[in-house]
Amino acid sequence: MIPVAFDYVRATSVDDAVRLLREHGDDAKLLAGGHSLIPMMKLRLATPATLIDISGIPQLNTVAVNGGRITIGALTTHAALAASDALRASAPVLWDAANQLGDPQVRNRGTIGGASAHGDPAADYPAALLALDATFTIAGAGGERQIGAGDFFRGMFETALASTDVLTAIAFDAAPASAYVKFHHPASHYAVVGAAAVLTMNGGTIGAARIALSGIGDAAFRAGSVESALTQVDTADSAAVRAACAGAAAGSEARSDTFASGAYRAAMADVFAARAVALAAGRTKTRR
Amino acid sequence: MAFTAMVGARIRRREDPRLITGRATYTDDVRLVGTVYAAFVRSPYAHAKIRSVDLGPALAHPAVVAAYSGHDLHHAHGLKTSLPVAHKMPDLLTPPHYLLAFDEVRVVGEAVAIVIAKTQYAARDAAELVEVAYDELPVVVDPLLAMVGPPYVHESLGTNVAFRMPLRAGDPDRAFAEADEIIKQRIVNQRLAPVPIEPRSMISSWDEGMQQLTLYSATQIPHLLRTQLSIVLGLPENHIRTIAPEVGGGFGAKLNVYAEEAVIGWASMQLERPVKYVETRSECFQAMIHGRDQVDDLEIACTKDGTITGLRLRIVGNLGAYHQLLTPVVPTLTLLMALGCYRIANLDAEVVGVFTNTMSTDAYRGAGRPEATFFIERAIDMVAQRLGLDPVEVRRKNFIASTSFPHTMPTGLTYDSGDYETTMDKALKIVDYAGLRARQAALRKEGRYLGIGLSTYVEVCGMGPSAAMAAGGWDSATIRIEPTGSITVLTGISPHGQGQETTFAQIVADELGVPIDHVSIIHGDTDKVQYGIGTFGSRGTAVGGAALKLAIETIQAKAITIAAHQWEANPDDLEYREGKIGVKGDPSKSMTTAEAGFLAFMGDHLPPGLEPGLDATRRFEPPNFVFPFGTHVCVVEVDARTGEVKVEKYLAVDDCGPLINPMIVEGQVHGGIAQGMAQALFEEVVYDERGQLITGTLMDYAIPHAEQLPHFQLDHTVTPTTVNPLGIKGVGEAGTIGSTPAVVNAVIDALAPFGVVHIDMPLRPEKLWSAMHGASNGVTR
Repeated sequence: MIPVAFDYVRATSVDDAVRLLREHGDDAKLLAGGHSLIPMMKLRLATPATLIDISGIPQLNTVAVNGGRITIGALTTHAALAASDALRASAPVLWDAANQLGDPQVRNRGTIGGASAHGDPAADYPAALLALDATFTIAGAGGERQIGAGDFFRGMFETALASTDVLTAIAFDAAPASAYVKFHHPASHYAVVGAAAVLTMNGGTIGAARIALSGIGDAAFRAGSVESALTQVDTADSAAVRAACAGAAAGSEARSDTFASGAYRAAMADVFAARAVALAAGRTKTRR
Repeated sequence: MAFTAMVGARIRRREDPRLITGRATYTDDVRLVGTVYAAFVRSPYAHAKIRSVDLGPALAHPAVVAAYSGHDLHHAHGLKTSLPVAHKMPDLLTPPHYLLAFDEVRVVGEAVAIVIAKTQYAARDAAELVEVAYDELPVVVDPLLAMVGPPYVHESLGTNVAFRMPLRAGDPDRAFAEADEIIKQRIVNQRLAPVPIEPRSMISSWDEGMQQLTLYSATQIPHLLRTQLSIVLGLPENHIRTIAPEVGGGFGAKLNVYAEEAVIGWASMQLERPVKYVETRSECFQAMIHGRDQVDDLEIACTKDGTITGLRLRIVGNLGAYHQLLTPVVPTLTLLMALGCYRIANLDAEVVGVFTNTMSTDAYRGAGRPEATFFIERAIDMVAQRLGLDPVEVRRKNFIASTSFPHTMPTGLTYDSGDYETTMDKALKIVDYAGLRARQAALRKEGRYLGIGLSTYVEVCGMGPSAAMAAGGWDSATIRIEPTGSITVLTGISPHGQGQETTFAQIVADELGVPIDHVSIIHGDTDKVQYGIGTFGSRGTAVGGAALKLAIETIQAKAITIAAHQWEANPDDLEYREGKIGVKGDPSKSMTTAEAGFLAFMGDHLPPGLEPGLDATRRFEPPNFVFPFGTHVCVVEVDARTGEVKVEKYLAVDDCGPLINPMIVEGQVHGGIAQGMAQALFEEVVYDERGQLITGTLMDYAIPHAEQLPHFQLDHTVTPTTVNPLGIKGVGEAGTIGSTPAVVNAVIDALAPFGVVHIDMPLRPEKLWSAMHGASNGVTR
């Protein structure tokens, strides 16, 4: 690793991190697990003048389940989420995403806050957090505010975070009938297509569905037409589920690269959305 | 104590404890006092004139020690000798390949300047300060376009065709005129990046007092590197020491002489300081040699019963912009192995080597033979498909019979030994081939697509007879019995993962009757070890091990002479038995090799005229190559909804002759299959039409991960060779050579219901999904 020279400071608290961001301006970057930022610095694609290390800030690495509400500290590692039985029971969609993200080294260091703040269009969490309709808690120059997942992921490497903002927590309601499935890129293991489903079931029938997709366009998105088409579908009827998932990527312009064309990505969005729905529906059965 | 044979035993590799506990010394672990660090300035263009290079801003960097441009090296310092290309092709065009480009760059990543600083960080920063002005020139990356250029990669040649090599045997025109069926197919063997875990690494130091250059480099060929450095730098060879410390993977990519090695060596002489250079992974993708990249046009003539009567073939090898050490040789090896293990009497073939504005291709695990095996094994399946025959039966019909070895091929090679049918039958029995076909039929009715693929490969290795090699093909071994009885072996090969520190010790332990721990194997240092050729072409044990066996025989003969004198016996009445000297027919008396060695060291109880000391240096000149073979069977299921390939079963039945250490053989085969399977499914180096490298990081270029690979089931048959005294054949590349066609044949077999005949690698899901959804682009039906 041979990056351009940079300064390094440690933040002792969230307030301290906000203060340091204001002090160092746009050339500063927050360092959490570093597993998105540091690879870019190695390639000299990112050249921050200052790294503000927030990894030592206490109390930001917890998973709290309060009644039906789950709150995850922004510094919680992927490995901690992947090993959380509470998360597995209450929101398997996010547990799936954490388990399929990167490799053990990445999972041990990388954090949910860092990965979300990076805004990578092929990341796993955005689809899961959109489907969970999660709420992001952000500390900034004007104090603390909350923002919904639908407003958080804005575009390619673009989120609602301003240059002096620190993402501190992500919260959502329990969603036991949920799942995330992923078409792995064979090199990067990022999502060629990542599909998240959160279902409300009436017996074997879908009462309501939230479906979100990652890896396809410039940012993860909710597949609104699929969500409505899935309502009242009997999940035992796999042909009906597949039919409802057709056109899942209609709301996005699918990207092309050497591994997959846009047309293929869009076709795979349908397939993986249906697989996510089937897996999510199956989880309600086994739990009963 | 009962004699326990080490040869044949599954002994754990003695190399591994230091490797897995992080105690091995790789080149980057070598720390020399006063070291400075180099960074290279590399061309961002695939083809351009260099108008000017301004080193000034870099030299102004406070930590920079020196900087040199290609112009400096060429004009001010007179380094005008081209990098070597080893070949025996009289008509080969060999455009100059200077250490640093000074007038023109011809590939992205070509080095134009070197910056040396007190830290590697400063070196990288300062390299970015060098201002190079380029005038872009037209670019050609497609070898089929380059063949009929302009543009020309080397304008002064007036062509991009570096060589043409025809080969004709039998009466191909008649075979085609009389054929029942003729199958034509273009098969593209894509470009690959070797991606060793350790990239190119080197550190050089210059001793002004001794006038001695020492270069540590991650190389497979320390001696050949020394020789070539001597030529390129104009320094006497006996003033150069090259050392290959622990080397973290080579795969042929470190069987080379790189410009960087010479420039680093030269820079350390200029500065009288050690200079270190470890390339980044991005540089490794750009500027380490690539492998494969051939376009093979086939026409196969056959009769209705599946007999292949003739082959027309044009091999177009994309050489890249310059020759590296073996660049032009690789596609000629494809030609030599084009007929595989089949009796095909009539051949009309030509190899064309073509320059393009891409990185040089060169030897990458298999080096020319995987390409041949791929197209001939695909051809067999195409014949079967066209005629409605089972691919097993087409193979059986065309195999060279086990009774006809040694067997001279129309290509001129003489295959040493083989029994292809027995090996195939063993594999078919293990996988229950008939059962698999029945299951395939049943699953197809459910809309599931199971595919069964075979590859019955033969390859050429144990490189090789000196007459057929560009440099010597022999190798060497020294054995020294030390006064206290321990045994030192100096081998001319340069193992870097092949395990010869273990297997050679096994051989010595058995033959000279010592515990294996008493044997140490030294390699990779030209000041310690007698000249050797190195490790490549699956030659380490087949040639280096054979030299070791000769040295053992010399030691044994002298030890017998010493014992005979001691016992006042006739040497002819003595023999080596279970590692000890004894009297024929008399088990009561014995002498160990260590005892004989001690007598030889003391020197006062030796027969008159016998020199003291017990050591021997021998060289083995192979009379022929060796030809390992085998049958690989791959079973896949292709997901009709996504085109993803799941490898359900993989069996390799290989025949590399007797096994010295089955565990090490299995390790070699495992690694080989992984790389071959990755070519079939994942890997591809992509340049765009402007010569920019699209797959320049591990985020884009897919090397195989453990979880993408199935369990490998391995078995063997044993057909010894008479080419060397160990009877063994090489196994380092066989897995790579055998596996790629087995995987692709399985996938195409799975897609047979869709009328698919061929799809080029890598078999990405989208290609297969498209083929299953009626696409015509990129699919032969």
